[in-house]
Amino acid sequence: MPERIIESFNIKRLDILDDNGNADESLTPSLSDSEIKRIYELLTLSRTFDHHALSLQREGRMGTYASILGQEASQIGSAFAIKKSDWIFPSFREMGVYITMGYPVHMLFQYWSGDERGMKCPDDLNIFPLAVPVGTQVPHAVGAAMAAKYKKDKVAVVCYFGDGGTSKGDFHEGFNMAGVFKLPVVFICQNNQWAISVPREKQTASKTLAQKAFAYGFEGIQVDGNDVLAVYKATKEALDKARNGGGPTFIECFTYRMGDHTTADDASRYRSKEEVEAWKAKDPILRLKLFMERNGLWTEQYQKEVEEKSRDMIDEAVKKEEAIERPHPEDMFAYTYESLTQRQIREMRDF
Amino acid sequence: MPQNSKKLNMVQAINLALKEEMQRDSSVVILGEDVGRYGGVFRITEGLLELFGEERVIDTPLAESVIVGAAIGMAAYGLKPVAEIQFMGFIYPAIDQIFSHASRIRNRTRGRFTCPMVVRTPYGAGIKAPDLHSESTEALFCHMPGVKVVVPSSPYNAKGLLISSIRDPDPVIFLESTRLYRLIKEDVPEGEYTVPLGRARIVQEGKDVTVIAWGSMLHRVLQAVEEFNAEVIDLMTLNPLDEETIFKSVKKTGRVVIVHEAPKTCGFGAELSATIAEDAMLYLKAPIIRVTGYDVVMPLPKLEDYYIPTVERIKKGIEEVMRY
Ligand SMILES: Cc1ncc(C[n+]2csc(CCOP(=O)(O)OP(=O)(O)O)c2C)c(N)n1
Ligand SMILES: [Mg+2]
Repeated sequence: MPERIIESFNIKRLDILDDNGNADESLTPSLSDSEIKRIYELLTLSRTFDHHALSLQREGRMGTYASILGQEASQIGSAFAIKKSDWIFPSFREMGVYITMGYPVHMLFQYWSGDERGMKCPDDLNIFPLAVPVGTQVPHAVGAAMAAKYKKDKVAVVCYFGDGGTSKGDFHEGFNMAGVFKLPVVFICQNNQWAISVPREKQTASKTLAQKAFAYGFEGIQVDGNDVLAVYKATKEALDKARNGGGPTFIECFTYRMGDHTTADDASRYRSKEEVEAWKAKDPILRLKLFMERNGLWTEQYQKEVEEKSRDMIDEAVKKEEAIERPHPEDMFAYTYESLTQRQIREMRDF
Repeated sequence: MPQNSKKLNMVQAINLALKEEMQRDSSVVILGEDVGRYGGVFRITEGLLELFGEERVIDTPLAESVIVGAAIGMAAYGLKPVAEIQFMGFIYPAIDQIFSHASRIRNRTRGRFTCPMVVRTPYGAGIKAPDLHSESTEALFCHMPGVKVVVPSSPYNAKGLLISSIRDPDPVIFLESTRLYRLIKEDVPEGEYTVPLGRARIVQEGKDVTVIAWGSMLHRVLQAVEEFNAEVIDLMTLNPLDEETIFKSVKKTGRVVIVHEAPKTCGFGAELSATIAEDAMLYLKAPIIRVTGYDVVMPLPKLEDYYIPTVERIKKGIEEVMRY
């Protein structure tokens, strides 16, 4: 018997906007002018949030924070396609997703200032608390998708993680289960090329991350993660597919972490200035701006308004957060179990 | 007392609890390895696939972390998953999920998301099984606030405790002694009854010594105390601990023997001894004695009978405190 090819795969890559904001019209998703403007405003708002968070941290007014600089298109582009009734399982670097979904911004500051109450997701959203351990949220998303499928709810589940997360066992176990049960889940990896100091090629010998999906029996696609239209289109299609019983999709957003890993890191110790400079030309916000300018959607005046509005919103959120009273020490006992234990009741007498 | 009673062993009692809860509440689902078509390696879930279908009795891939991790996602979504880990020795990959997430979802979201799930797993030695099929590492899970740890010692309590665990709003680790599975039969009522979590039970009253045990050890304790005037406490729930019942008994008897199958160092007996020493020291007439497994790697079957506390060793422990 001769050897035969019994299975083969092609890995797609989706780009719509080039660095100068020219769009491939055959691929451009149908978004109204006002939706495109809304996306631009969310990109700007998220960057403003990020900038403020870094300053607050430097001033000692906030704790360690993981910047989203450079990854705004991956986050806003994907989240813009998500419905409020969908479920989201984020990692710790998804502030743009929270903001796009309409999560109260002052609560994000509250969380990063070390107050659990900031992660009490409002009732009209289903965003799980951000996962600090890398990759452990993948099984949760799979479980929620199983539950949604069992209840015949028309919702999709979205799970975010980084390139480092793809090395974890939970990534494998979760992807495998999602494939076996054909679950309504969209996995979004923000491949920002770094996991703290470990570059993407040291994370896996695979040429792409997207190709990993095929081993689990579903489709993976790489998209230009700095192209908000490409990310939106890929996510929208994957979500529609999930809602219609088509099973999971893996989207690798090829992007770059422009800042340090967190405020506790100094990236200049492990990567070159040249590398960072080269990615500056691919800035996701600049690119959408050029696209909008070409299409008569952007003016200096508009830019000023958007920036001002973002700054005001963030200033207000910071003020609101800083006016919140510290939690009472008793508060740390209150949510261990639904009711207090005999021992906790005695321990609480310390306060 | 509800309707009919039947003589059932623990396997049948647990199966009945699962069946009745699944009939009562369509949000209860089972997931794990071989739980569906095969009915579980100990036949705990036998017949449930036929009754409830594969959407509710889910044969999963062989992957402990995602079994528990998916259960967390299901629970947050509004289901009441009962996950089975085939043996306690294989739960360790899922500890990350239990410790890092199940235990703290309620806290971290101020109650917006909760984790009403049960992780059932067979534990303990005495069935001549291969490596890692005889573990009793219950103390690990008691060190994690946000998780409850329940260990039934008889068919009646197994059913009532499992029903309470499934209905509990927080994650429960439910440990089933493999040695007890088919060892004893007792009257188990059909239909609804519960045994509350967080409450110990006085199995027999006595004046001279309090003997504390749970799960697999209880039966050896009951044999060992025959010649003594001993009060026997079956903890049933290790965490949260029913301190009240323990203090009351210790204050009465003034002597304590704690019996468990796990190794002595950092076993749950250490927590019990310290708790009693802190709060009831002045009532004690004798040192607190622990009769436990040894500080060794759990031996394979040829030596396991030397490892598990015997009736003789428990008697010796009681005699020791009775010297005072
Ligand atoms: C399980 C686990 N190991 C280590 C860490 C410490 N840590 C935090 S982020 C990180 C790198 C994550 O890289 P990646 O998944 O690419 O996400 P990114 O930070 O780039 O967004 C590490 C090692 C952690 N949080 N969790
Ligand atoms: Mg990364």
